[in-house]
Amino acid sequence: MKLKGRVWKFGADMDTDKIIPARYLNTSDPAELAKHCMEDEDPSFAAKVRPGDIILADKNFGCGSSREHAPIAIKAAGVACVIAKSFARIFYRNSFNMGLTILESDEVYGATDEGDVLEIDVSTGAIVNLTKGRSFTARPVPPFMQELIKAGGLMESIRKRGFV
Amino acid sequence: MRQMTITEKILAKHAGLREVAPGELINARVDIALGNDITAPIAISEFRNIGAKKVFNRNKVVLVPDHFTPNKDIKSAAQVKLLREFAKEQKLKHYFEGGDVGVEHALLPEKGIVVPGDVVIGADSHTCTYGALGAFSTGVGSTDLAAAMVTGEAWFKVPESMKFVFSGKLNKWVSGKDLILRVIGDIGVDGALYRAMEFTGRAVERLSMDSRMAMCNMAIEAGAKSGIIAPDAVTKEYVNGRAERPYKFYSSDPGASYVEVREYDCSGIEPTVACPHLPENTRKVSELRNITIDQVIIGSCTNGRLEDLKVAARVLKGKKAAKYVRLIIIPATPFIYNEAMRLGYFDIFLKAGAVISPPTCGPCLGGHMGILAAGERALATTNRNFVGRMGDPKSEVYLANPAVAAATAVKGRIAHPDEVSK
Repeated sequence: MKLKGRVWKFGADMDTDKIIPARYLNTSDPAELAKHCMEDEDPSFAAKVRPGDIILADKNFGCGSSREHAPIAIKAAGVACVIAKSFARIFYRNSFNMGLTILESDEVYGATDEGDVLEIDVSTGAIVNLTKGRSFTARPVPPFMQELIKAGGLMESIRKRGFV
Repeated sequence: MRQMTITEKILAKHAGLREVAPGELINARVDIALGNDITAPIAISEFRNIGAKKVFNRNKVVLVPDHFTPNKDIKSAAQVKLLREFAKEQKLKHYFEGGDVGVEHALLPEKGIVVPGDVVIGADSHTCTYGALGAFSTGVGSTDLAAAMVTGEAWFKVPESMKFVFSGKLNKWVSGKDLILRVIGDIGVDGALYRAMEFTGRAVERLSMDSRMAMCNMAIEAGAKSGIIAPDAVTKEYVNGRAERPYKFYSSDPGASYVEVREYDCSGIEPTVACPHLPENTRKVSELRNITIDQVIIGSCTNGRLEDLKVAARVLKGKKAAKYVRLIIIPATPFIYNEAMRLGYFDIFLKAGAVISPPTCGPCLGGHMGILAAGERALATTNRNFVGRMGDPKSEVYLANPAVAAATAVKGRIAHPDEVSK
């Protein structure tokens, strides 16, 4: 699967309260959550993000709460992929479980500016900054997580295992 | 046989394996799967989406609508209604609402629903609290909860362990909260990412269960998968008469391996405050001068237990909160609420001008029951001080222990308990 999108850049330790503030968690409607995506970091983000855009962040993206509303809000806002130096573990797990594409890379962050266009081959982890003409490779997705994606996510894999 | 940590032993047992090693992927049986009013609605919908009809065990799926209780608005009431209907339909043994509900991570240990040796997952990041009982316990998202509700299992990557050894005597006014804040200040908010934090040493052995829970509760604030303390006589005393299932004490082998061992002499640890906007921004309370405060919150899954209310009462006795400071005290469970009333703490709190809230997560996550306006500043005994955590994105939260919180309410600025109480 190949993705191409414009970059929105965020710093380190983007916590789940910045991604989707708890004051909006009285609903789990994706469209409603998307309206407030990244609101406490950049109140204009939800209005300016376009389908297919990419979030690029420094270390420990998604730290804090276990709320799956965080990856849900990002996906529903139209973001195709989040690339970060590292992810907090519950956010990482949630993203695979609910189907938000995420990749880890140490190099892309420093070599990319906001507004640059990236092309990503999700299956190989190849990332090309088309604006700057530079190439990178994301850290490989662990085989177990790849299997989970192939199975169609955690719930689908459970159904296939015959639990239901 | 491999020398294992307490975490590895519990995981191996629940995966039906003789031994496990860090990095290994396992499927483990879960003893308890927990959800709340924010996370369970998504889990219930996922459960239904794949056509599941029955939870794997009606005694082991626990729903606690605690975050916005008493329901703050129509939407949150609708979420709780979903939980209630599911609990009725599935005949869940453990569903709490109204006068029975408390903050989940105070309620489950208190009721003996989680016990030593368990594997617990909860769709709430502070599920790591139960490590204080000697259980492996970790926060997950709604889909993981949904999967466990169906299968009774969860997949884990066996975490590496980090050991924190605390020696020496605790200084006056220092509690488990200060020890964990000190650790987070040292290693940072991702200093234990993906790892299990094992707290040990003579000082930890002497800690009360309430203080141990405050420590393990905040393991997630260092990015950890779990926090854990080996069960001992203190644990035994706590679980006796509460545990609703047989329990097992595990401990780390002498030759178990750790990615890192850090040692702390508690005589060097003072009451500590985490400044905005990350729990790693820690300072000694004595270093913070003239930081005026609009609101003080004493409560939450970190510090809303009886020991916390007791020390707050000790500091507040015969004192009044400063003019224009809102002091809000939130006993974490109905039992703690009742005990605090019986022991006379409520008289002290009310005379001090405090508002006593029913048990709820409420303001900790900016839900309700004490929200901040732009430019306002709170000191809270809670666990997170992220931007906008307690209200407006331009408000600020400082984190500290209940003694510091009480002294701060009296002074109207961040204060050391010694300034207020002998």
